[in-house]
Amino acid sequence: MKKTEVAIVGAGPAGICAALEAASYGVEVTLIDRGEAPGGQLVKQTHKFFGWHEKSAGTRGIIIAQDLAKKAKEDPNIYFLGSTEALGYYQDDGVLLVETPDGIKGIKPERLVIAAGASEKMLLFPGNDLPGVYGAGAVQTLMNVYGVRPGQNVLMIGSGNIGLIVSYQLVQAGVHVEAVVEGLPQIGGYAVHASKIRRLGIPILTRHSIKEAYGGRYVEGAVIWEIDDNWQGIPGTEQDLKVDVVCLAVGLSPLCEFLWQAGAEMSYIPALGGFVPIYDENMETTLKGVYVAGDVASIEEASTAMAEGYLAGLAAAHSLGKVPEDEFKSKKQAYATELEQLRAGPTSEKIVSGLSVLREQIGKRVSL
Amino acid sequence: MMDDVLLTTGIPSREQIESRVPPKERREKGPFVVIECFQEIPCDPCYHSCRFGAIREFESINDIPEVDLDKCTGCGICVGSCPGLAIFVVDETFSETECLIALPYEFIPLPAKGGEVLLLNRAGEEVGKGKVHIVVPGKKPAGTSVIWVRAPKELSMEVRNVKVLTEGGARCE
Repeated sequence: MKKTEVAIVGAGPAGICAALEAASYGVEVTLIDRGEAPGGQLVKQTHKFFGWHEKSAGTRGIIIAQDLAKKAKEDPNIYFLGSTEALGYYQDDGVLLVETPDGIKGIKPERLVIAAGASEKMLLFPGNDLPGVYGAGAVQTLMNVYGVRPGQNVLMIGSGNIGLIVSYQLVQAGVHVEAVVEGLPQIGGYAVHASKIRRLGIPILTRHSIKEAYGGRYVEGAVIWEIDDNWQGIPGTEQDLKVDVVCLAVGLSPLCEFLWQAGAEMSYIPALGGFVPIYDENMETTLKGVYVAGDVASIEEASTAMAEGYLAGLAAAHSLGKVPEDEFKSKKQAYATELEQLRAGPTSEKIVSGLSVLREQIGKRVSL
Repeated sequence: MMDDVLLTTGIPSREQIESRVPPKERREKGPFVVIECFQEIPCDPCYHSCRFGAIREFESINDIPEVDLDKCTGCGICVGSCPGLAIFVVDETFSETECLIALPYEFIPLPAKGGEVLLLNRAGEEVGKGKVHIVVPGKKPAGTSVIWVRAPKELSMEVRNVKVLTEGGARCE
């Protein structure tokens, strides 16, 4: 059975950064992803990132993905295992089971970092099983990875950053966006992203939702309507839109099945995206030696995912005795400060409240 | 504080826009930057892009940019640097009747210099016709292009997008 010092599940922004940090201390890392190449969701992010100028703000996600993948590839301590799915972790035996193109194999890692990301939420409405109803991630993959337009005329459901950004990218690809509908009274994403698509003439309808999608063999139209304070549709407010694509951007859930299976203690914290693992300031879960980073820990931006990845990689390397104590303390403080600053604005209030719930639960565990 | 209009419609309120309009004397002096960034988000590339120190140094990464209009030359470097595409430059001294507006542009093909454009406001509505004065292709890799358009002077604080009628055929990369 293959042995490795640190195995990392997921080679998105969090996983790659964890790998780079651990490898920089001479730790032997196995970086696992179901994709053929590292990059995760970054490979479809054609918009420019926010954050610090020094930390690739203003750079498009696709470029950040290329840079990170290149660094990981050139690092002799990082072994990338692509087209491979992690199936389960059995802590008693210390075995991580993976399915590679050559079959199912076991790996024995001394430390494990789970950076599995998130999955898209589905929405219930008649016709949601028709071809032409897409998740926003699929639309991005089609357009930005494979150069395929998903359709001609799109109804976007959800005005979070993903709904707004993907609407903009659709127009860049020459696709018409009929409208963005949002159930809440306010736009969910950044105001600058909303303004960008309004300038393109795309209406954003708050307090609206989809009533149904219809069509024979595929989506031929969709009906939207206003909703009341209880999220119930208001009869008489229906609008029939002749669209061939309904794109769902209604939120993400941490992809934490792996952590359930492994036996990590989980907690339901809606502000962080649903069920998340309980983890401490080193990003370590209740399973000793198992760390988390990125969307699996809380649904946030790629900038925070990267900082969490570096922190998890640092903590894993430190626990293997590879990082001098002083350096560990100062670098950990630097990453923590970076995360704190990224979350200091009003758009991060929800995340900060969710994280304080998480901290309370760790506190309770310690006092037990 | 954030105005509700921006968060319900995606379009800044009248008051928010007016807060970014320099005094008359400054407008008559030459080009000036208009930063339509009204929400505290973690982002600072505009500060680093300015070679003249016209955007004040940030204390927090979430600060809203503040402009020193005495230092701003209206060069337009910051327009292409903003990840939110929220920065514009307006020059009301271009001619008696026309102004120049610098806009971030991320569509291909890029417009042709001298080509005609439909002038669009913040809701994407057509408010007039203009001409492309200069096209500054984005820096590689995959930077944002900046196009300077000629527009009727009275539309200097209205026009924030264009629909290109004459394509230039030039690609971003």
